[in-house]
Amino acid sequence: MAYALQQLINGISLGMIYGLIAVGYTMVYGIIGMINFAHGDIFMISAFIALIAVILLSLGGLMDGPAAILLVLVISMAITALYGWTLERVAYRPLRGSFRLAPLISAIGMSIVLQNYVQVSQGARVKPLEPLVPGGIEVMRDGAFVVQFSYIQMLIIAVTLVVLAVFTILVTRTPLGRAMRACEQDRRMAALLGIDTDRTISLTFVIGASLAAVAGTMYLLRYGVIDFYIGFLAGVKAFTAAVLGGIGSLPGAVLGGLLIGLIETFWSAYFSVQYKDVAAFSILAITLIFLPTGLLGRQEVEKV
Amino acid sequence: MTPAAAVRDAAIAALVAFGLFAMLVGLRTDVSPTGGLFLRQRWADVALLCGIVFAGRLALTLWLGRRALRPSTGPTPLTLQLQRLGRFFAPAMLAAALVLPFIPGIGRYELDIGILVLTYVMLGWGLNIVVGLAGLLDLGYVAFYAIGAYSYALLAQYFGLSFWICLPLAGILAAFWGVILGFPVLRLRGDYLAIVTLAFGEIIRVVLINWASLTGGPNGISGIPRPTFFGLPFSMSGGEGSFAGFFGLEPSPSHRVIFLYYLIFFLALLTNWVTIRLRRQPLGRAWEALREDEIACRSLGINIRDTKLSAFAIGAMFGGFAGAFFATRQAFISPESFTFIESAIILAIVVLGGLGSQVGVAVAALVMIGGFEVFRNLEEWRMLVFGAAMVVIMVLRPRGLIGTRTPTIALKEKRIIGKDLVGEGRG
Repeated sequence: MAYALQQLINGISLGMIYGLIAVGYTMVYGIIGMINFAHGDIFMISAFIALIAVILLSLGGLMDGPAAILLVLVISMAITALYGWTLERVAYRPLRGSFRLAPLISAIGMSIVLQNYVQVSQGARVKPLEPLVPGGIEVMRDGAFVVQFSYIQMLIIAVTLVVLAVFTILVTRTPLGRAMRACEQDRRMAALLGIDTDRTISLTFVIGASLAAVAGTMYLLRYGVIDFYIGFLAGVKAFTAAVLGGIGSLPGAVLGGLLIGLIETFWSAYFSVQYKDVAAFSILAITLIFLPTGLLGRQEVEKV
Repeated sequence: MTPAAAVRDAAIAALVAFGLFAMLVGLRTDVSPTGGLFLRQRWADVALLCGIVFAGRLALTLWLGRRALRPSTGPTPLTLQLQRLGRFFAPAMLAAALVLPFIPGIGRYELDIGILVLTYVMLGWGLNIVVGLAGLLDLGYVAFYAIGAYSYALLAQYFGLSFWICLPLAGILAAFWGVILGFPVLRLRGDYLAIVTLAFGEIIRVVLINWASLTGGPNGISGIPRPTFFGLPFSMSGGEGSFAGFFGLEPSPSHRVIFLYYLIFFLALLTNWVTIRLRRQPLGRAWEALREDEIACRSLGINIRDTKLSAFAIGAMFGGFAGAFFATRQAFISPESFTFIESAIILAIVVLGGLGSQVGVAVAALVMIGGFEVFRNLEEWRMLVFGAAMVVIMVLRPRGLIGTRTPTIALKEKRIIGKDLVGEGRG
């Protein structure tokens, strides 16, 4: 029981990270109908920026307290957002309105570029960072087994919930959110009604990248070990989460992220660590066989 | 755009570039001997990169601004001439590939590159059946390549079967797995299909890594038997039973390389030949019909399930052949050779070449894989250039190198289908 509770805590905090990345995938998919394959690498870049920001702040002796972590988060979000914007401008905008596979290949190319750019500029070695937020509270004690709810896990869950709440308000209540939803439904009609679709799509990438930056910073603080390759697996898992929840659906992305996080954690805890990816992918395949549009996805009505 | 505006635009681009590069290029994190992290500063590189972005953006706006003034018309005499030349292009390439080992100055290294390029040509043509003809987006094609390679390696290791027996078996096993994958994904379309095939590729790789008792895990399988010339081994002794001894030749290590070259050459040609023949048969036409419009296809009574499964199976079979060839050439395989990036590269070759175009795929494989080898001395920058080339080719030619398509059947005469009308399928 205590063991399961611990896994539940771990799974939720991991799932939150996946969920944040998955929202970026699902947003881009909803608005321009393409898989942004480089999104996982945007997440990886944000973790590196956060790492450099942490080292810079510690050099200045400023790296303590919640304010410093907030500052790192803001720096990471700002610069990662710039990367997201540039990505769209350079690799996707020229291909707008082109056929479906062109942006996909361009995205895979961009993913290779970003990975190798970080490898060249930051080196291929793994970067370890000492834990910045140590400790936690004891939730339960079962014999020798102590269920630990660490401060960093609380931080991840709290930050994710706040960010997602802000994001939901942004999408549902603001003119920008309305423009985004309009573009999602019918881009040409939205443009006819005076919405600057290019700007809206750019902002979608900016928002998606900053959500990935939150995930990247949290990942760095939680695991403390990053290298240039972390983006691939995290990206694939998050994309799996987005598809599982129903691609294009924002609550679905978070739900899918949580499910993937929980499946992975519980599978590693009770069965085998080696096959945790197989478990996540198999669940995806099984779900899609019975629900071809994911858990919360809309059934596509095709007009002939 | 006036020059002043262009300069301002370029300055903004340089500013953005500074924002991008300042932290990741300007400050490099290094692990110190004590285990902590420290930063190394490289502001000169940042300045250089910003300068390059400024100059590049300025040149691009001025050049594009001038080009936009020219009215766009139909094909110019130059492109028509190129089209006429293009008719001789494929036979010329084929002839060049056929005589390549005997051209003076072609050494072992060049032949190795030739073998590598031809392997990717074959993989590209195999995937072209699935993506180009049937319009099913497959992001896990490398799984079949891996299945082919491991089939041969394991059959040779445990049962001592020879390459020539294992080659068809590897193809059959890969085709079998193609059906196993194809069956559950029949109802899926577009990106759902893409992610499930990707997941399948990853599952195969993870299983290969972790099932160490059978596959050797991350260490892979070494000592895979090399191919024989219909039973005659390529041994250096030059004895009676060896290739050199039988034909009375001086034993040379290049015999095997030349043999491998022709082996993959004929395997690739086989793929091409089967594809061309199938396109004229009901099955191939059903694939193309499926790509153009699944619903119309269904209303005309084409069995969607069988059509899709056969596309997966035949595409996978050629992947399996290529895999068996890869295993016998390398004599060593490990799961590391079958990562997602391989699938991405093969798919990129198909899309960059032009979906469904056999010549285009071959040219794309030559450009991407051959070019990749040419830039060998760039070392860690090589993949960066490779990825950037993918993006640049897509931006300049979103339809691939050969974006037009010749119809398989026509009422009176075959007219080339324009780029904008070429279907790509939604599966």
